[in-house]
Order: sequence, then structure tokens, then C-alpha cells
Amino acid sequence: MLKDITLGQYFPGDTPIHRLDPRTKLLCLILFIVALFCARWLVTYGLVAAALIACIVISGVSFRALTKGLKTVYIIVAFTAVMNLFFTPGTPIADVAILRHATWEGARTACFMMARIVMLIMGSFLLTYTTSPIALTNALDKLLGPLKKLHFPVHELTLMMSLALRFIPTLIEETDKIMSAQKARGADFESGNILRRAKALVPILVPLFVSAFRRADELATAMESRCYHGGEGRTALHVLRYRTADYIALALFVLLTAAVIVLRRFGL
Amino acid sequence: MEPIIRVDHLTHTYSAGTPFERSAVADMSLSVLPGEFLGIIGHTGSGKSTLIQHLNGLLKPTSGHIWLNGQDIWAKPKEIRKVRFRVGLVFQYPEYQLFEETAYKDIAFGPKNMGLDEQEIDRRVRDAAAFVGLESALLERSPFELSGGQKRRVAIAGVIAMEPEVLILDEPTAGLDPAGRDMILSQIRAYHQARGTTVVLVSHSMEEIARNVDRIVVLHSARVYMEGTPAEVFAHADELESVGLDVPQVTKVAAALRARGVAVDGATYTVEALERQLLALKGGSGPC
Ligand SMILES: Nc1ncnc2c1ncn2[C@@H]1O[C@H](COP(=O)(O)OP(=O)(O)OP(=O)(O)O)[C@@H](O)[C@H]1O
Ligand SMILES: [Mg+2]
Repeated sequence: MLKDITLGQYFPGDTPIHRLDPRTKLLCLILFIVALFCARWLVTYGLVAAALIACIVISGVSFRALTKGLKTVYIIVAFTAVMNLFFTPGTPIADVAILRHATWEGARTACFMMARIVMLIMGSFLLTYTTSPIALTNALDKLLGPLKKLHFPVHELTLMMSLALRFIPTLIEETDKIMSAQKARGADFESGNILRRAKALVPILVPLFVSAFRRADELATAMESRCYHGGEGRTALHVLRYRTADYIALALFVLLTAAVIVLRRFGL
Repeated sequence: MEPIIRVDHLTHTYSAGTPFERSAVADMSLSVLPGEFLGIIGHTGSGKSTLIQHLNGLLKPTSGHIWLNGQDIWAKPKEIRKVRFRVGLVFQYPEYQLFEETAYKDIAFGPKNMGLDEQEIDRRVRDAAAFVGLESALLERSPFELSGGQKRRVAIAGVIAMEPEVLILDEPTAGLDPAGRDMILSQIRAYHQARGTTVVLVSHSMEEIARNVDRIVVLHSARVYMEGTPAEVFAHADELESVGLDVPQVTKVAAALRARGVAVDGATYTVEALERQLLALKGGSGPC
């Protein structure tokens, strides 16, 4: 059950999208989001959607996996749509009851807004589905590199991020295991009032914290014994390198964003 | 004999419907007989842990059935907790489940969940602690202050204290030194003899299984690969090796002797048995 959390899960694969440099993918996502927010009317939205669909098809990620990720946000989507529908000034849809407040303009904005949120989430999920968390933090480390000049702790931040990402699945697995072990001794997490249920968590949380601290301790020892001393002068085993495909992908996305910005001037 | 647990065409698929889908148990059927000491052995990843978590209803079969004393354990899903008291399961590395302030309280967790009264709980905790060889002074200590081997024993006692009809242990000796390993195994054996409880021991060490059990089930890539008494199973040394399992060293010695024309049984699996045979061959009775 806990394993059903798909947020930020990586599906390994070997498609052109998987092979792109993680920095490229991150930059492309940013360009994609800019384009998405500049899109205005059917043509521009259509362009952005076409780009997204092309990427999904190339990546071989199943559509179902992507829509599954949407489940977590459908309330936000619905809420935004309703707000837009009723609070956009314009021509009322009909002159009866509540519909008097709903406008045609509102309906249009609501549709575009929904499309925007859905595409935004799908695009971000596509990135995490096709890029391993380690590659992603590496990319972030490199892209934020210039900030180090301003004494911004980029390396520490990305290290924390990659550690957290690395240990989330482990902790979930561990929680599952501990829960099973306590259930085997007759622990009951499913019945009783709130107080009893909260008390039933103690047999899970105590071992979980104990093991999390133990892991942290072991990790620190392991890092120290391999002479880890922060990011200063540290080299990487897998050096990120832009290839031709990366330049093509970046060029395509720059083109997409530029096209959207130009076309929106014409109200398309 | 009517089996106490019958596994009937059990299949379990993890992460169904994702790219990570895999069957950890595929169409497995086997029986556990009342009062026997059964060994389940298999290479790492062969599905041992997945199989045994079905026996007390921690995992629900993707398809197939588990019968406990002739009753399908999932017939009444609401009553599954009762199954867990009847089939006690000690997990791999059980020391990570300890959480109470004292070892005593931790062992009492299971019996308390059964709704027993104080007196009965006290009796069971002390009995269980005695079975696993924990001195009563240790019972008042925090489980986190105990040594690895002691923690392991507290955790095993926690399951024994529920006095289950079937006791299942998933690699109870993993990560212990040879002395600690022998100690825990001999305690389990003593418990089996004293109580007459059915015991299922999961392991990937042939030596360990060979010394203790009445019957062996060999798992290989999610299926039952072989089944029988230790002598029957170890007679197939080649097949076992082909699935990455080793026969006990003494069995190899016996087979090698046999290949050189010494008339010993090639499926001998304990040092004592080989010694007896060799002595009989020499015609003497004292050590050679
Ligand atoms: N919770 C899970 N989610 C997904 N796959 C799992 C899960 N648990 C086990 N598996 C997979 O199922 C297969 C069987 O695992 P299982 O733990 O039953 O093996 P095992 O025989 O107990 O191995 P070991 O000797 O290492 O304990 C393995 O390939 C494993 O990767
Ligand atoms: Mg296992």
C-alpha cells in the first residue's frame, strides 16, 4: 500500500529521453513551463501539448503511469476550474439561478487553466520518471554552481536532497517491514478510535526512528572513512557532458518557447 | 496425515501493473504436517520470505489458497488477526521490531494483543524467555541496550510467547557468529521437542537445515524445486548445485569417498553419521 506512492519514482529505460543529460532535461522542463504559461489560445496550447505528447511517446512512459500521478492534485484542478468559471467577468452563460455568475470567458479560462495544470504536472512527472534522482541532483548541483560564488551552500543543499531522495524508498520499505512484523504479533492498526490508532503507531515509530538514526550514523561514518570533506575540489565519477542530442533538444525547446511567445502576440 | 497448513497453487505478484511487476511466488503447492520440523531452503530471492508471509495472512495471495487446519484463512478477512496468533512468524532480522522500554514488555506485546490476563501474560513471557535462554535480569533492561544476539532472542521470545500452533522463523541465524547460531538453533530444537509444536525454519544454509529438520522443501525461482527428507534431497547434489545451493560439506566428502570406492552412503549429511559408517567399515568401535 505504501509502495503505491509514485511521486518522484524513476522508471529505468533506454530511450532518447532517458539518455539526455539531466541538465538538458531540467532546462527543457523550465522552457516548457515558460511556454506553457505564455500559451494563450488554441494554437499556442496545441503547440505545447504536441511537444509534451511527443516527449511522452518517445520516452515510452505509459500514459496510465502519468495520469496516476494526477490523482493527488485533481482537487486543486477542480477548485481552480470552478473559481475561474465563476469569478471571471464577462457574458453570463445563461440567465438562470447560479449560472448567472458563470461566464463564457470564465469557462474558457477554466478549460485552459485545467489544461495548464495537467500539462505542468505531466511534464514534471515525465522528468522524474525518466531521470534517476541522483542524476537530477547532480544536474541541479551543476546548474546552481555559479551561486557558490555568492556563498550559497549549493553542494550541501544538493547533497541533502540526494540523501533524502535516496532514503525515502528505504524508509518506506522499512516502515512496511516493521508494520508487518508488528502485525505478526497481533498489532492492530485498522480499528479503534483516534486515540487507540495513534497509540498503535508507537510500535512502528520507535523502531523506525531508531533505525533512521542508526542509518544516519552509519552513513556519516562511511562518508568520513572515505575522506568526505564537503564539495570543495570534489570530482565526479560520471562527468556530465552535453552531446549532440542535448543541443538538438535544447534548440527545439527554445524554438517552442519562442514560437509560443511570438504567436501569443497575435492572440493565437 | 492431515496437513496443518496446506498451500494450494499460491501465486503472489509484487507491483502488479507497473514496470516492476514480478511474481515472487508462482503456482506453489506444499503442505506442513502437524508436529514436524520443516526446512524451507532456497537461494536469495527465491521467494522464501514472500511464501511464509502468506502462511499467517500478512500477504494476501494474488491467486491460490492457504488452508490452516482445513479452513481457508481468508474465508473471513476480519478474523485474520486470530490466524496470526495461531501461526507465529519471526521475521528476518527481528531485532529491528523492538520498541518497548524493557525486554519484558516487548515480549509481552503479542500476548497482550491476544487479550490475555496479567498472570497468564507473565507466565508466557517467563516461559518464552527461558526457552530462548534469556536470564531474568535481562528482562528488565531496555532492549536497545542488549547485544545483537540478545536482541534477536528477545524478538524470538516475543513470538514464542503467543504460543502459536506453528512457529515460523525466517533466517533466525542471519548475521550471528557460529556460536550464537548454534545456540539459537539448539534452543529452537529444544522448543520443538518440549512443546511438540510444528516448526518451519527458513534458511539458505544447507548445513543448518540438514542438522535440524525432518523434511526439506527446496525453492527455486518462485517454485517448489524439490521436496523430501534430508537424505532424499541431498542425494541430488548435482541438481542442487545447478540452482546455486550447496550440499553440506560432509555430504561432499561422503560422495567423494564413494567415488573412490569406499562403501559409504553418498547422501550422508551429518558428520556423526559419516563417522559411524566409517567406523563400521573399519570394523572397530573406537576412534581411528
Ligand atoms: N515488497 C516487495 N516489493 C516488490 N518486490 C519484492 C518485495 N519483496 C520481495 N520482492 C521480490 O520478490 C522476490 C522474492 O523475494 P523474497 O524476499 O521472498 O526472497 P527470499 O527467498 O526471502 O530471499 P532472501 O534469502 O534474500 O531473504 C525477490 O526477487 C524480491 O526482489
Ligand atoms: Mg527472505
